[in-house]
Formats: sequence, C-alpha cells, structure tokens
Amino acid sequence: MSETLPKNNIFKVIGASSLGTLIEWYDFYIFGSLAVIIGHQLFPEDAGASALINTLAIFAAGFIVRPFGALVFGRLGDLIGRKYTFLLTLVLMGGSTFLIGLIPSYKSIGYAAPILVLILRLVQGLALGGEYGGAATYVAEHAPENKRGFFTSWIQTTATLGLFLSLGVIVVTKNILGTDVFGDWGWRIPFLLSIVLVVVSIYIRMKMHESPLFSKLKAEGNVSKNPLKESFNNKANFKMVLLALFGATMGQGVIWYTGQFYAQSFLENTCKLDFNDSRYILLWGIAFATPFFVIFGAWSDKVGRKWIMLSGMLLGVIFYRPIYQVFLDDTDFTRIEQSDVLSLKPATTSSVLIAGTTDSLRTISTQVFLKNGASFNEVQTDTISITKGVLPAKEVIKDKVLSKPVFWKFVGLIFFQILLVTMVYGPIAAFLVELFPTKIRYTSMSLPYHIGNGVFGGLVPFIATLIASFAGSTPLSGLWYPIGIATLSLIIGTIYLSNKKDERIND
Amino acid sequence: MILGPIAMTFLFLQAIEKVGLTHTDIERTNTILQWAIILFIFLPISIGLMIFGFYAWKGEYDRLPESSEEL
Repeated sequence: MSETLPKNNIFKVIGASSLGTLIEWYDFYIFGSLAVIIGHQLFPEDAGASALINTLAIFAAGFIVRPFGALVFGRLGDLIGRKYTFLLTLVLMGGSTFLIGLIPSYKSIGYAAPILVLILRLVQGLALGGEYGGAATYVAEHAPENKRGFFTSWIQTTATLGLFLSLGVIVVTKNILGTDVFGDWGWRIPFLLSIVLVVVSIYIRMKMHESPLFSKLKAEGNVSKNPLKESFNNKANFKMVLLALFGATMGQGVIWYTGQFYAQSFLENTCKLDFNDSRYILLWGIAFATPFFVIFGAWSDKVGRKWIMLSGMLLGVIFYRPIYQVFLDDTDFTRIEQSDVLSLKPATTSSVLIAGTTDSLRTISTQVFLKNGASFNEVQTDTISITKGVLPAKEVIKDKVLSKPVFWKFVGLIFFQILLVTMVYGPIAAFLVELFPTKIRYTSMSLPYHIGNGVFGGLVPFIATLIASFAGSTPLSGLWYPIGIATLSLIIGTIYLSNKKDERIND
Repeated sequence: MILGPIAMTFLFLQAIEKVGLTHTDIERTNTILQWAIILFIFLPISIGLMIFGFYAWKGEYDRLPESSEEL
C-alpha cells in the first residue's frame, strides 16, 4: 500500500490503538476473574453451584452480544470512520465497567442486582464487539504489506495483556485489603479503577488520525452506503464470512478461552487451588508466552497464516485432556500419608444459623502443612439439628497451595496452553483483514471474529462447567466442548482455507 | 451440511432431558434459563453451519477469491 507510515509513526498508531483495546479487555475480564465472589454478591447465599453457573451465564451474556456490537459499531466504522467509532466503544466500556463496581449486592436490592449487572454486562459486550475489529483494521490499514502479521500481532497481545492486568490488579488489591474485606467490598475497586484508565486512553486516542485507506475511500466518495447489506447480502462475501467463522475463528476462540480462562477456573474451582496460587500460575504463564504473539504474527508474514493457526488447534485437541489430568492428579491431596505432614494449624470452628429453621451449620477448618512446602485447608461443614443431633458432612479439601516444583510444573503447562493461543491468535487479525475489502472490512471481519471468540470461546467456562455438572460426568468431561469445536474447525480449515496472503488490502 | 441439523437435534434433546431434571438436587444447575441461552445462541449458528455445508457441497469453496475485487 502506498500510504505506509514511517516506522516511528506506525508504532505510535499501534501504541494508541493497543492501549485502548487493552483497557477494554481489562474491563471485560475482571468480571470473569471475580466470578466466584460476584456470584456470592449477586445471588442468595444458599444458591451454591448455581450461583457460579448463573454468574458465568451473565459473564457469557457479555460474549454473546459481541457479534451484535460488531454489527452495530462495524457498520458505524465503515460509515463514519474507524477513529470515532472506537472512541465511542471505549466510553461505553469504561462507563459500564465503572457502574458494575457501584451495583448494590443481592442482600440490599434482591434480584435487581443480577439484572442490573446483566444489563451493564451487555453494554460491555456490545462495546467490545465494536472495538477489536476497529483496532485491528486501523493498524492493518497503516501497516506495510510484508509486515501486516507482525504489526497486527501487537493488537493481538492486548487481549492477553488485558487479562494479565485484570489478574494483577485483583491479586494486588486482595493482598492489600485482605480476603474478608476484598470479598465484602474490595472486589469493586478493580471495576472502579477502570474509569481512570479509560480517561487516559480517550485522551491518547483523541490525538489519533483517521485510517489512510478509509480517508482515501471517503475522499473518493466510495464509502459503503450500507455495509451490513454489502457484507451479508453479497453471496461471495457472505461465503467468506462463514468460512472465516467455521474454518478459523471458531477453533481459535475455544483454544483462547480454554488456555487462558477455563484453565484458571478449573484450577480454582475443580482442583480447589488457593485463590492467589491459581492466579499467579496464570500470570507467569502469560508473562512467558506473550512475546510469542508477535513471533508467530511475524512468522505468518513469511510462511502464511493458515498452518500456524491450524497447528495450534491440533496441539490443543491432542494435549488438553492429558494436561488437565495432570492438574487433577497433582492436586489430589487425599492420598497423602501421615508421614508427609509437617504441622497442623489448630482447627477453627464457626457456626451459622440456617435461615427459617432451628438448625445450624458448624464449619470446622484445619490448615495442614506438608513437608514438601504444600498446604491446604480441611473443611468439614456439619449440620447441627436440635431433633436429629449432629449430621456430619464429607470433609472437603480446599485452598490448596502447591509445592514449588509442582507450582512451576503448572506454570509450564499453562505456558504451553497459552503458546497454543499465540499460534492461533497471533496471525488471525492479518488473516481476517486480508479476507475482506476496505469499504466493508470493519463489519465483515468483526462478525466472524466475535462469533468465534465471543460465542464459541466465551462460552467455554460456562458450557464446560455445565457439562461437568451432568450426572455421570467426570471433571474432565467439560473439555469435550473445546476439543470438539477445535476439531471441527481444524477439519474445515484444513480442507477449505487458503494459505495465500493477500498483499493488497486497499481495495 | 448434515452437521447443522444433527447439532440442532442434539441441542433440543439435551435441553429437554436436562431441564426435566432440574427439580432434583443433583441437576439443580440445569435451569431453563441456562438451556434457553444455549439454544438461542447455537440454533442460528447451526443454521449457518448448514448453509456453509451446502456451499461446500456445491463446490463453492473449491476456488477461493484471489483478490478482494472478486468478492
């Protein structure tokens, strides 16, 4: 393309675009990272597992509307330009995130709490649906032809870095405030903090110029009059939207959300790892793997996008079950011998009256320290009934802290999963940009991207947790969802995708 | 092409079976709301998969556009 910018300017474009996108991802992910705590705040105390699943459903609702955001803001981006559209999405995202931090709990306003959060979550999803396609298009339209994969891969790092930032802010806030205060009101701080980040990003983005390709199109009077109609009423283009979805973004979405989201949910909720440990493992894995987005993006400029992306899917299909089996085996503390125990912290006992009855719940918690550095809590919650006496419950082991070797082994396994994410995700922005013409690019590429990521990927924690709750299922049963979707996408992509790069995107 | 209808049938059968179990404690997590979300989302996508399969069956993906001008 002729309007290629000097190198320092392209990095300014990437920096300004990436910062806003990173903040949007941060806003979007803090909800998921705090699902367990938010579940306790939004639903009745006796809701149990359904509170987590309903919270994950609200979390998923944000993903589900992303394709609609892609249509609404994609259309706007193709009509009025890239710059102003993603300024608008930034304001909507920041505002709704801030307001989630202000919503009263179920105890204060009943079911109005989850309903209000659901509405704000939908606004978040719409905004994100409009943001990513704009940022990727904006950078790609500034990038030189032979480095499109490399430059757009910087945008691709933002989703992972947004997750990293959200986890980091949560861990730091929790460590400063303590577990009780954080569970009570401290969880709101990461949401409220968003408004500061958004103001900074808006300031930076206000200084950006419109994409040169869009400006040229506008100057020539060739801006699409109805991008939605042109994208989806044109059979040739619609066919490519379907191919992008089923042959690439669908598989890419489940690989992304299994490696970076379901993994953490699995470690925390299924393996019963300590809150901080599960997040530190992910933080290290992300820190080590993030540079590979750029490496695979740049490599795709040389060898093509297709086989890098499909290899990531294939490796996920092969290795997910063995990896998660290791997670389960290494956190199974029921088989430890008495000789492995270093010390016991004296048991603490607490009692809570069961609402509407004369019975109460007695919780006895004993912290056990092992010689290898690991520790855990043995928790027994018995029902004390006036008529039936003590009804003992099964002992539960939770808040597991891993020994150092196992901790780093888990970091390695998460790193591997995120490496697969970098393979499927690093080149995909360039792949999608090259698939569609300038005047309907924002609309056309945003839809398959957000259905693939938002719907297929974003629903991984929700559907996998749901499958694992079926009678007769095992803790690994939930993995059949991402494995099945990735396999289908791999087959379709292998047969129908082209590995050829489109050098010219200014048409 | 046939994967679309198979997926739709499977989803309907699963929804009916699982929602029917909601009154028992063990299946308390399978509520109508959750399955309604799944059906609402995946039924249109299954139709899209069917259309994709139809185009593929007709050989319309055998030769992909070489440039954006062909779109």
